[in-house]
Amino acid sequence: MLFPAPRSSSVAPAQRVVVTGAGIITAFGAGWKINAEGFRSGHTAFRPVTLFDVSPQRCKIAAEIDLPEHLPPNSLSRNDLWRLQRASRLLLLAGHEAWAQCGWTADAPLPMVLGTTSGEMCLGQEYLRQALRTPHCFKHQAGRITHYLVQQQSINLANALGLHGEIISLSNACASGANAIGHAWEMVRAGRTERVLTGGYDALCHLTFAGFDTLQLLAPTPCRPFDATRDGLTLGEGAAVLALENCASAQRRGAEILGEIIGYGASTDTHHLTQPQPEGNAARAAMRAACASAGVTPEQIDYVNAHGTATPQNDAAEAAAIHSWAGARAASLPVSSTKAGVGHLLGAAGAVEAVASLMALRGQWLPPECSLDRPDPTCRFPIVRKPRDANLKTALSNSFGFGGANASLIFRRWP
Amino acid sequence: MSAIFVHGLGAVSPAGWGVPALRTSLEEGRPLPLQSLPRPGWEKPLPVRAVPPPPVRPAFLAHPRLRRASPMTHYAVGAALEALGEDAGLIRSGALRLGIVTCTLTGGISYSRRFYEEALQNPATASPIIFPETVFNSCASHLAAYLDSASVNYTLVGDAGTFLQGLAVAAGWLEDGLAEACIVLGAEEPDWTAADALRLFDKRAVAASGAGALYLKGEATSTATVELAAITNAFAATRAPDRLTAARQARAQLPAGAADELLCACERGHPAWSDWPGEEWAPSEILGEAFAASAAWQCVAACDAIQQGRCASANVSITGANLQAIAARFVHSHVLKSQELTSP
Repeated sequence: MLFPAPRSSSVAPAQRVVVTGAGIITAFGAGWKINAEGFRSGHTAFRPVTLFDVSPQRCKIAAEIDLPEHLPPNSLSRNDLWRLQRASRLLLLAGHEAWAQCGWTADAPLPMVLGTTSGEMCLGQEYLRQALRTPHCFKHQAGRITHYLVQQQSINLANALGLHGEIISLSNACASGANAIGHAWEMVRAGRTERVLTGGYDALCHLTFAGFDTLQLLAPTPCRPFDATRDGLTLGEGAAVLALENCASAQRRGAEILGEIIGYGASTDTHHLTQPQPEGNAARAAMRAACASAGVTPEQIDYVNAHGTATPQNDAAEAAAIHSWAGARAASLPVSSTKAGVGHLLGAAGAVEAVASLMALRGQWLPPECSLDRPDPTCRFPIVRKPRDANLKTALSNSFGFGGANASLIFRRWP
Repeated sequence: MSAIFVHGLGAVSPAGWGVPALRTSLEEGRPLPLQSLPRPGWEKPLPVRAVPPPPVRPAFLAHPRLRRASPMTHYAVGAALEALGEDAGLIRSGALRLGIVTCTLTGGISYSRRFYEEALQNPATASPIIFPETVFNSCASHLAAYLDSASVNYTLVGDAGTFLQGLAVAAGWLEDGLAEACIVLGAEEPDWTAADALRLFDKRAVAASGAGALYLKGEATSTATVELAAITNAFAATRAPDRLTAARQARAQLPAGAADELLCACERGHPAWSDWPGEEWAPSEILGEAFAASAAWQCVAACDAIQQGRCASANVSITGANLQAIAARFVHSHVLKSQELTSP
């Protein structure tokens, strides 16, 4: 039952939640290893957009992925595979990696909580184009609608892995991935389930690209988060999926534990639909709530993976929030935005950045922003600019979205 | 497990603005008249059931965030304010932490369609005002801004059954202390693209729009007498052959039913519920198909029937478009108490 939810009476009310599988695909490539190398070295993956025509637009670059020719082994039929579009493929690639790593089996119902902003929007676009241009032709239209719907990408992943269980699709703009992970964490923490597959995904599409361009939020050059002369974000695409598990269960079966999620905070910024409150009040509230749920103070955070979109307003508000949240600790708290390497992945951002944070904790390094030229003087915290090793125990990752959706996650190194 | 009580109901539907209009339509049991929605490229318009204009212009439309907001937002705010009643003031003053769960299938589709049409003509001149309204959570964001509510706020996207998942999410927030009260909304808006798409799957279906809201808290009062008794698992109904099995699995998790109980179903005579012994309503047959909003109306109708003394308990059954079969049960709080007292 979803309500009243069964809770194990043999365990303590607040469960420790660990990550036993993580899959990732970004413009760096598919898989943990190549992405860890990319984030650690501060590479950038921006290039001219080839997926659609951007010639009338100011911005012409993005972190576009070269999709692998073949998908990993899966349970989808030939017909299903033929219908898979870009977002589903990204999700399947990340999901398969997480699934293979966690070593779970598909015999029991497994909930999935996934975040996205636009599902398979490219099909929605095709539907509308055909409906307008040839209004009496319905060929392929039903299939486009079915596979455009946000829940269908999760259904495809479930079918590919042979899973059954509740599917929650969460769409909180650019915080979708982080909110999805946070909600999944709460489900395991509260004892409502022992395991959850969670994460986020989004593929580049014309509508979203045009939308950010009309708002003049896209930079004509690769984004430079927290740079004094930053001029906007660069879009990317990708997916990340995490297998979250009750710690006792993971230890019982001898699973490899990649890290622990210890805190999550969510808040809503009511200032404006697309602009953050300048002092970052709601962002600060999310960070504070995450610390409160983790039982840590800012002094115990070793690295902040910032939302850091590189728009003038977002970075200024986030910087203000970090200062007011961390207080004196801000002066020595390393901060960077991995969007400098792979762009803004929208609904996937929070999930990809969660995996990047886990990578940093596991590898004991800080992800640099090598493209940073002149740090914004209002950022009175050290911005990681060069690859370097570090002794990290705890990392906080921020995700903030349109509509004022704010989420912060806190990760701890394992062991 | 904590008990969860329904403290308010709200509905904006083709029957009108407010729960009484919804109640009257369902009690009359006649499908509402159809309206015509022009479909570009067709001589014949699409039949739909639209929300009529409100009898009085709602005061909330004067709010800066709501003037340009999508119809879906207007419906959702209307339903939410009806459900919240005087508690809206407590939320604004910061005295009550409100969690918001908004459920939808099509989201702000009218603005998405408009924006993409503009982008197809010339992306350089597409309206920057419209684009932000296309994000799924814009409706939830506007409601939060109107209420000045800075607490947790999720938008869930999926088929009609997602509304019951939203109730479960809210119940979890209340149990875990993440919110002191929760509003759960189902909302959809009219657009020819959605109406057109719906008819690709069911020629008889009539697209509708509107919103429904349930306001939940973890405590009973003299006026909050309806209790959320159960929400079943969400059983996968992603392929046609699985749908009946999934609906039966959902039903099996609830009590068998009795002659004095109400069933608010997505369609009357569903094979999984064909032996239902009590009265059966299918709001979509009266109001049209509005996905998450339809699911919300089913729940509103169920709770309202209990409040009105029409029945002591009511089940809601939903087999969504392509994701899940799921059901819920609401009871008058004295019924649950007596059941608990008599159970072994």
